[in-house]
Amino acid sequence: MTWRLFEKVRKLFPPLRSSRHRGLLLLAATLFSLPTSFAFAQGPSAVPDIFNTVSTPADAIRRLSFFVLVITGLIFVVVFSLLVYAVIRFRHHSTGDDREPPQVYGSNQMELAWTVVPVLIVLVLFFATARVIQSVQDAIPPANTLNVTAIGHQFWWEFRYPALGIVTANELHVPVSDRAHPTPTFVKLLSADTDHSFWVPQLAGKTDLIPNRINSIWIDPHATGMYLGQCAQYCGTQHAKMLLRVYVDSPEQFGAWVAAQKQSAHAPDSVAAGRQIFETTACINCHAVSGTVANGRFGPDLTHLMSRDTIASGAASNTHENLKLWIHDPEAIKPGSFMPAMNLSAHDLEAVTAYLESLK
Amino acid sequence: MSTAVISHEPIDSQWSLPYKGHVGMLCLIVAESAIFTIFVVAYLFYIGKSLSGPTPRQVLELPIFASICLLSSSLTIHVAVAALRKANFGAFRLWWFLTLVLGSIFLVSTAREWRHLIYDKGLTITTNLFGTTYYSLVGLHAFHVTVGLIGLLTILLLTLFRRVQQEHAKNVDTFAMYWHFVDVVWIVVFTVVYIIGR
Amino acid sequence: MSSETIALAGVHEPSRPVGVLLHSWVTTVDHKRLGILYILYAILFLVIGGIEATVMRIQLIVPHNHFVSPQVFNQMFTMHGTTMIFFVAMPILFGFGNFLIPLMIGARDMAFPRLNAFSFWLTAFGGILLYFSFVGGYGLYGVGAAPDVGWFAYAPLTAKTFSLGHSTDFWTFSLLVSGFGSIGAAVNFVATILCLRCPGMTLSKMPLLAWLNLVMGGLVLLVISPLTAAQVMLALDRFLGAHFFDTQAGGSAVLWMHFFWIFGHPEVYVLVIPGFAFASEIIPVFSRKPIFGYPIMVGATVAIGFVSMSVWAHHMFTVGMSSYGNTFFALTTMVIAIPTGIKIFNWLGTMWGGRLIFKTPMLFCIGFLFQFLIAGLTGIMLSAAPFNWQLSASYFVVAHFHYVIVGAILFTIFAAFYYWFPKMSGRLYNEKLGKLHFWLFVIGFHLTFDFMHIPGLLGMPRRIYTYEPGRGWEIWNLIVTIGVVFQAVAILIFVGNLLYSMFKGVPAGNDPWDAWTLEWSTSSPPPEYNFAMIPVVNSRRPLWDIKHPEDPDWQYE
Repeated sequence: MTWRLFEKVRKLFPPLRSSRHRGLLLLAATLFSLPTSFAFAQGPSAVPDIFNTVSTPADAIRRLSFFVLVITGLIFVVVFSLLVYAVIRFRHHSTGDDREPPQVYGSNQMELAWTVVPVLIVLVLFFATARVIQSVQDAIPPANTLNVTAIGHQFWWEFRYPALGIVTANELHVPVSDRAHPTPTFVKLLSADTDHSFWVPQLAGKTDLIPNRINSIWIDPHATGMYLGQCAQYCGTQHAKMLLRVYVDSPEQFGAWVAAQKQSAHAPDSVAAGRQIFETTACINCHAVSGTVANGRFGPDLTHLMSRDTIASGAASNTHENLKLWIHDPEAIKPGSFMPAMNLSAHDLEAVTAYLESLK
Repeated sequence: MSTAVISHEPIDSQWSLPYKGHVGMLCLIVAESAIFTIFVVAYLFYIGKSLSGPTPRQVLELPIFASICLLSSSLTIHVAVAALRKANFGAFRLWWFLTLVLGSIFLVSTAREWRHLIYDKGLTITTNLFGTTYYSLVGLHAFHVTVGLIGLLTILLLTLFRRVQQEHAKNVDTFAMYWHFVDVVWIVVFTVVYIIGR
Repeated sequence: MSSETIALAGVHEPSRPVGVLLHSWVTTVDHKRLGILYILYAILFLVIGGIEATVMRIQLIVPHNHFVSPQVFNQMFTMHGTTMIFFVAMPILFGFGNFLIPLMIGARDMAFPRLNAFSFWLTAFGGILLYFSFVGGYGLYGVGAAPDVGWFAYAPLTAKTFSLGHSTDFWTFSLLVSGFGSIGAAVNFVATILCLRCPGMTLSKMPLLAWLNLVMGGLVLLVISPLTAAQVMLALDRFLGAHFFDTQAGGSAVLWMHFFWIFGHPEVYVLVIPGFAFASEIIPVFSRKPIFGYPIMVGATVAIGFVSMSVWAHHMFTVGMSSYGNTFFALTTMVIAIPTGIKIFNWLGTMWGGRLIFKTPMLFCIGFLFQFLIAGLTGIMLSAAPFNWQLSASYFVVAHFHYVIVGAILFTIFAAFYYWFPKMSGRLYNEKLGKLHFWLFVIGFHLTFDFMHIPGLLGMPRRIYTYEPGRGWEIWNLIVTIGVVFQAVAILIFVGNLLYSMFKGVPAGNDPWDAWTLEWSTSSPPPEYNFAMIPVVNSRRPLWDIKHPEDPDWQYE
């Protein structure tokens, strides 16, 4: 019976008329064969490529996605070849006779066949998918998990380490995780205002931060370095510059970072003037510096501002000029953000900047 | 000069399709049911989730009398349409008028209930989630009752001016479908708000 | 079976003053004129929406560009999406349906002509209200008050706290108004198809276009209402202080998403099913064979209609639903690929063994088949929820849905234009220009939307007015923007071709394509009463039966 079916199918494909037609078919097949270059280097990269993964959730997604791509690629090749064949083989040639071709209304066997095969494909895809959903979403945090709380704001990230008593912003530090003895980081996702989304492609799929809702995401990066991401749910004017960095530190680096972050601010006397201005203007309405009177929570915590590589949630690098510009004219860096222009005199601006630069 | 070549057979007297008025009204009812479903889902979802303020149990009283009036009006409108089909215009006018009265009683009762809730119990649409979902769902229904009453009144006036004839029974029946729909929705709203929600 | 030739006197209308002519068009209840009004309205907004897209693409051609401010950019993507869905795609499909359905089922007009006119004008007014937002109302930073919350307007960004002024209200009310117009049109479609078919045309002898518009009409009735409900709730929140989506009072942002996507997902089937209808009428005629597997095509479409109401949360895989929720919606989304994919095989089966004629409508249909295949496959990728966790809200998704809406739906709409233009206007379009439009548009489309998948895979989110250099996104954004030029030129050629041919084209006659459905039996353009006598049919291809009396369809169906 299989042979008869095979014969039936073979007869559906009348031979191509000429070598020109065959050549066309070969060319089409070559042009549209799938590109097969995938990134094989797995480590931190300036390009946040979803296939260059270093953490279990992202790895699992990558493997599933390759499986899906292979299946969809095969489907594409088959159907596309049939389409190209049909277009070439059954083209009307004006020299031919004008009779209408055989009027075929349908075929129950064919329709059954091309229903059953997709059903089987869907079943296979579904089970592969369900397994990964469960393994990523229902993972149980081990005892040595680092817990971080991320709070999304318009347009910056607040990170709190409850067990360590640390509050920082925009640049998340996590310890590297050994494959044999994993030390993952579980991030609880909250929002102070609208919807946001935490997306660092090399580490995990994205998960949204939704007000009045607690979501969570976990990562266990096994290569140190800096990983780029950004907010992936439109949250207002400066959604585009709500950038995100995750620094995966070696155990020593991480320990040192934690120790530094735990300390209160120590401002030397040389910046006392700037500190005075900072603490007596509107700065402290929004910003906090631990160990001082400043404990505003609307904007990022500045206690260890100089330990960060960027300001304004990644919109500018953390340099003297950019700091001054950010305080003086934030619209130049991030138009529509909620940092107000502070309208300080040139002298006061220098003093405040100097104070901020002492917050290491 | 253009020509059309068509096939011309004697019209098959068996060829009859549904009455477009009924089909159109059914389509409208489907769409309206979908709107009500969403408001009901919102109501059910927010049961027990208010952060403050009066709860349903504290402030809601069962509107039994109003419900009986509204549901009876389905009966009276049915009788009215049947009378019109038999060209019994006197009966039609009477039962149609009764339908209008019963529907109005329902609406007035809802208004009084709201007045009581707002002024005596302090529940408004802004008070809490219960207030939001209660006023919107019951209000959406009351809005549909109002539209229905306007339709009932219009047809009553047309009847009084002798414009409604026996052959209009189909059209009046189409309108009656809307009124029945409003009643069925009330059964759902009553169950959700006054029984499940309390 | 007897047949007669009835001569219709050529109707020469004396030229009327412009005012009278305009008045007749504004007050018309004729389905053909309303259909054309819908289509012209949609073309106008297609050009406007295209300009909005072009502005965005110019802004994104290089990183850190300063072509427009972030405020303007955010208005652009909101207006572009809202315009294209509600004031281009839906009106144009209602327009074609309005023009064609009565003609194809042998009726004189739609079931409710005045409701038909009312629905059109509601839709039209909705669009005007939306665009009034650019000039009216309180605006931020002096750029007017056009909505900037995205076309799906997620809560709580749309709350009064986060969306100052009235921009969101313009979005809400314009769509509420045009939503009522859509419901009115759908009521008309369903009632007409069920109640006004000519004698002999049972449901199983109806053209596929009628069946598919029936399913589309039913879907519209079911799914526009959830959007209406959600928008009423949003308006209550914004104006009366209700708390439906007020997260500070215990409200749920996710509830908005559920309500919106219960509308939003079936909406894309509302858009694509009439596109399928066009392909199902055009491909058979240019393959010189009947559609392969008519009953399955009907069954698959009805199945799509039902299943489409169960897949909506695949737009919400990243909001933190439980693994059970995500698994369920992944399953339903994969399942809906089955009836959809089957249809591609049926169209292929129609072409197989036929005699393919590559006129412009057929070229666009072949493009549709190729692109719909790819769009469906990227859809399958997105249905695998974990893969979706990477791809959602990125340019991969933007590329996927434009592949469906432009590559599939718009291509079938172009095919429909070229196929039925002779019927609507009485003249043939210029075939060479039509082919030029096709090839230019195909090149532009693929430059833009093929390469748009790549930045998504490299981590570029959507709805960003600029992006950081050095992430590997620059080259792809450049290529994507270049493709826009080809598409814009192609559209200009298309519009020019239609305008020119309307006045100077060769007269088309009743049946320039040697087709088989009833609209080709009457004159081009049809008289106001459509048919001199209501036809009686015996098969799905009444004109085939007449042209081939020795081998009529009803012997085989």
